[in-house]
Amino acid sequence: MRGRRKLGRGVAVVGAGMSKFGMFGDKDSKHLFAEAFNEMLSAIDKGIDPKDIDALYLGNFTNDFFVHQGHWGPIISDLIGLTPKPATRTEGACAASALAFREGVFAIASGFYDVVLVGGVEEMSKRNTEEVTQGLAMAASPYEVKAGFTFPGVFGAMATAYFNKYGASREHLMNVTIKSHNNAHLNPKAQFNVSIRDIMNQRIERAKNKGEPIPAWRDEKEFLRDPRANPVVAWPMHLYDCCPISDGASCVLLVAEEIAKDFTDNPLHVVGIGQGSGKGLHAKEDLTYFEATRYAAQEAYELSGLKPEDVQIAEVHDCFSIAEIIHLEDLGFFKPGEGYKAVEEGLTRLDGPKPINTSGGLKCKGHPVGATGTGQLVEIWKQLKGEAGERQVPIKDLRIGAAQSLGGTGGTCTFTILERR
Amino acid sequence: MEGRPFNDISYERFLSEDKLVGSRCQKCGVLFVPPRSICIQCYSTEMEWVEMKGKGKLAAFTCIAIGPPLMIKEGYDRKHPYVSGVVQLEEGVRVVARIEGVDGSKPETITIGTPLQVEFLHRGEGENSTNFLAFRPS
Repeated sequence: MRGRRKLGRGVAVVGAGMSKFGMFGDKDSKHLFAEAFNEMLSAIDKGIDPKDIDALYLGNFTNDFFVHQGHWGPIISDLIGLTPKPATRTEGACAASALAFREGVFAIASGFYDVVLVGGVEEMSKRNTEEVTQGLAMAASPYEVKAGFTFPGVFGAMATAYFNKYGASREHLMNVTIKSHNNAHLNPKAQFNVSIRDIMNQRIERAKNKGEPIPAWRDEKEFLRDPRANPVVAWPMHLYDCCPISDGASCVLLVAEEIAKDFTDNPLHVVGIGQGSGKGLHAKEDLTYFEATRYAAQEAYELSGLKPEDVQIAEVHDCFSIAEIIHLEDLGFFKPGEGYKAVEEGLTRLDGPKPINTSGGLKCKGHPVGATGTGQLVEIWKQLKGEAGERQVPIKDLRIGAAQSLGGTGGTCTFTILERR
Repeated sequence: MEGRPFNDISYERFLSEDKLVGSRCQKCGVLFVPPRSICIQCYSTEMEWVEMKGKGKLAAFTCIAIGPPLMIKEGYDRKHPYVSGVVQLEEGVRVVARIEGVDGSKPETITIGTPLQVEFLHRGEGENSTNFLAFRPS
């Protein structure tokens, strides 16, 4: 690396919005993006004339495959009346809109634009599970596909390596799942807006109504250990370790710091951004971390002058439960091998010292892949502005939040730090 | 072995001939499996083919209950999961491969560190034939 990373000028977030995430037979990509865009507009305190937006960067991963349309930039630009302003699609698998965000930041920092819309959209649920799996596999390493690996399989293999190295077990992964569901229970936009306890009660109620034997789970872990409730997908990844198939959209409005006060008295400042790339499973130096996340984090910490302990809340890319634990370590929040213990001790709960995935994470909020990167930043926006409602973290003087995205099986990772001043 | 380009097509062709091969940088000696045409250590492009002994240890694994169409066609399903893994070769590099001869429905019986021996799987006929790298406990 030659020289220190720097932004040519400051960039601020002045609005953020997302559609509800879920599986919607009656909503297409345009409908979903319109939902996100309208919420973003209404989140800008002093308002904006959308005609002032200079450019759009839009993340999308697999609509080419899922809905046989790949050229989403101009479609969305037209949808929101931006034409003939430029629209650029970014592709970074599940980190696609995190890359859109970064490109937007660069476009403003360079001095070229003043107001840039960044976001993402994905429409997955109109395909069956097999087709979605096939579509997502387009982001896997070819060697892994050949060896029979699926996405859950790659993370499953990393989990066995992690268990073997650090002495963790499936029981520790369950702590992540239970926490994510507890948070999503408080998030009306979440695909699974229910706690594990709620799901257990629903199942018990259903069994009663049907006159079937009533399941006797004593607690959440007993439910998660029950193979009928929580079957294997790719051992040790079970159904409740995996994020769902989702539709959704999200977007964020970026402006040059010097004009941020025209839009709001409380902008969020982009203080750290980082991005890295990573090798396939066989070529990784170690199977228990993501080199791309570590690189992205280092870049973002250096740019911001902040340390891991300065980040008060974070959204991390928990496509699979083990991933959340690994990210906690790669981002420096906990030492390697300590992430699973931190989750077990409740340190990452909503009311803990380091709340993680207050939205419910990808596991419960949903993972419309192209919409996830900026979707995570919508949650950070809400938390830092104190607008997260029931799931608002009880941290006093909450100022610094961050989001980490991962594309593919760690091929593309990003880290973004936002600050309220 | 000489004369073939250092790419994935050659790697696959070697698999069809029951050979697991990699490329070694002639300048700095680093070994790559599957082969690379550019040494990512010293950026030399002078490579030589090296055949692996085919012995290694299981470094990581997963038992896949919901597989891609290819594996479903081979008869694997929720009741009959297959196993994919990462294998640490004696030569010091790792490969990803199918793991045969273990019970995917009993993951607790599969142990990291298990010594493995290479096996080459050939599926399909003629132009539709595919060759898979696999390992089984030795």
